[in-house]
Amino acid sequence: MVDSIDLTMVNWARAQFALTAMYHWIFVPLTLGLSFLCAFFESIYVKTGNQEWRRLTQFWMKLFGINFAIGVATGIILEFEFGTNWSNYSWMVGDIFGAPLAIEGIVAFFLEATFFAVMFFGWDRVSERFHLFSTWMVAIGSNLSALWILIANGWMQYPVGQSFNPDSARFEMQSFFEVALSPIAISKFTHTTSSGFVTACLFVISVSCWFLLKKQHLVFARRSIIVASIFGLLSSIFVGITGDEAAYEVAQHQPMKLAAMEGLYHGERNAPLVVAGILNPHKVVGDNQKDYVFSIKVPGLLSYLGNRDIDSFIPGIFDLVYGNKKENIIGAEEKIEKGTIAVSQLAAFKKARKDQNSEQADLALKEFNTHKKYLGYGYLNDPKEAVPPIGITFYSFHIMVALGTMFVAIFLLFLFLSFKNRLENNQLILKGGLFLFLSGLLAGQAGWAVAEVGRQPWAIQGLLPVTIARSNLDTATVQITFFGFLILFTILLIAEIKIMTKQIQIGPEEK
Amino acid sequence: MSPIHSIYHFYRDGFRSMTLGRTLWKVILIKLFVMFGILKLFFFQDFLANNFETDEQRAAHVLNELTPETIKHNSFQED
Repeated sequence: MVDSIDLTMVNWARAQFALTAMYHWIFVPLTLGLSFLCAFFESIYVKTGNQEWRRLTQFWMKLFGINFAIGVATGIILEFEFGTNWSNYSWMVGDIFGAPLAIEGIVAFFLEATFFAVMFFGWDRVSERFHLFSTWMVAIGSNLSALWILIANGWMQYPVGQSFNPDSARFEMQSFFEVALSPIAISKFTHTTSSGFVTACLFVISVSCWFLLKKQHLVFARRSIIVASIFGLLSSIFVGITGDEAAYEVAQHQPMKLAAMEGLYHGERNAPLVVAGILNPHKVVGDNQKDYVFSIKVPGLLSYLGNRDIDSFIPGIFDLVYGNKKENIIGAEEKIEKGTIAVSQLAAFKKARKDQNSEQADLALKEFNTHKKYLGYGYLNDPKEAVPPIGITFYSFHIMVALGTMFVAIFLLFLFLSFKNRLENNQLILKGGLFLFLSGLLAGQAGWAVAEVGRQPWAIQGLLPVTIARSNLDTATVQITFFGFLILFTILLIAEIKIMTKQIQIGPEEK
Repeated sequence: MSPIHSIYHFYRDGFRSMTLGRTLWKVILIKLFVMFGILKLFFFQDFLANNFETDEQRAAHVLNELTPETIKHNSFQED
C-alpha cells in the first residue's frame, strides 16, 4: 500500500492541508452548534426565571468556552499553508478571497469578540436580557464567520463572478453578489453549519448520558437531552434537505464528483442511487469488469436527485473522461485539447507582451478567451487524471449519508424515551449514547472528504489543478511542517480533551 | 462613572475573577506564540513575498508557472 503512495511535494502539501482542515473541523462544529444551544438554554432561563436552567446554561457555556479557546485560530494555519505551499493558487485567487475574508474579519469577528466578554463576564453585571442578547450575538457571529470561508470554498468548487487577467495572472472579481450568492456556496453554508448543529447536539447528549449513567445531575441531564434532541432533530432534517440541494448543485456543476460519490462508471437514464455497496477494487476506468462487488440500488433515484427528473441522464466516469456525443457530453479528452490551446495562447500572449507586439497579443488573447473555460485541463497529461479518488469519495459519501439518516432516528428515540421517562433505566441506550459525539464527528469529516477529495484534481474547478497551484518547494520542507503540525495539533487536542473531561467531571455548579 | 470607566472595570473585574479562564488564556497565548513566533516565522514564510520584491515579479513568476515550456503542443507557435 505504501509503495503505491506518490510522495511528491504536492501530495505532502495536500496531506498537510487535509490534516489541518480535519483537526480544525473537530473544534468548529462544536462552536457553531454549542453557541446556539447555549442561546436556547439561556432563553428558557430568562423566560422561566428557573435557576436550574441558569446552572445548565453556565455549564454548557463553559464547555463552549473551552472548545472556543482551544480551537480559535487553528484555521489561520490553513492561511499559512496557502502562502507557503500553494503560492500560485494564493496569488491567483487573492482578489476573489480578499473581499469575503475581509468581511469575515470586520463584521463577524468583531461581533463575536465584542459580545463574547459579556457572555462570560456579564452574569449578574448586565441585565438578563442584555446578557441573553449577547449570547445570541455570539451564536450568530460564530456562524457568520463560517459563512465567508464557505463562500470562498464554494467559489473554488464553482468559480463564478470572475474573469482571468492574463497580465496579472489573477482571477478578478466581476460580481461580488454572484460569488456570495453562488448556489454552491449557499448550499455549502446551510449544509455545513446545520451539520455542526447536529454534532453539537450529539455532544450534549453524550455528556448527558454519562451523567445519567453515573446517576449524577439527573434533572440537568434530562433537560439537556430534551433540548438537544429537539434542536438535533430539526437540524438533522434540515441537513437532509440541504444535503439534497447540495447534491443537486454537484450534479449540475461537478458531475465527475457526483459520479465518484456513486461509483457510477457508465452513465444512464433512470440512473439508480446506491443505498449501500462495495466497489470492485480492481475496476479501472474503461475496462469491462463489474463496478460493484455488492450493491443495493433504488432505480431512478439518482436521476431524480441529480436533475429532478427520473428519466434524465446522469453521466458516468467513462462519459466524463471520453465524452458521450449522444448525450452531448464533452469528455476530459476533448477538454484537454481545448485547455492546451488556452495554455499555449496564454504563453503566446505573454511572449507578445514581452516583445511589445500588441497585434499578436490581441490575437492570442482572443483565442485564449475562447478556450479559457478549459484552462485547467491544459495541464493534465491524461484524461483519467480528471477522475478523483473514487473509493474515498464513494465510501465517505455513503458513511455520511448513513450516519445522517441514523441521527434523525436517534434524536427521535431520545425524545421518545425522555418523554416516556424510560431513558434513565435503559443502560444500553445510555452506553450507546456515549459514542454519539464521535459518530457526529465522523459524519462531518466524511462530508468534508466528499467535498474536497471528490473535486480532485482541482484547486479551482476546471481552471487550476493542484499540480500547478503549488509552490516551488522541496518535499522535505513540507514534510517537516507536516509532522510539526501533527505534533502541535495533537497536543492541542489532548489539552482540550483533558480540560473538557475535567470540567465535565466537576459538573454544573451546585445551587 | 463614565461609560469608558464602566467598560474598563467590567473587563478588569472579569479577567480578575477568572478561574478556568486563566488556564484557557495560557493555552491561547502559548498556541499563538507557537503559531506566529515559531511556525510562521521559521517554517511558513510567504513564498512569493520572500522570493520576489514586487507584484510585477510575482505576477511574472506565476504566469511562467502557468505557461510551462513543456506544454504538449502550441498551435500559435506552430503557425
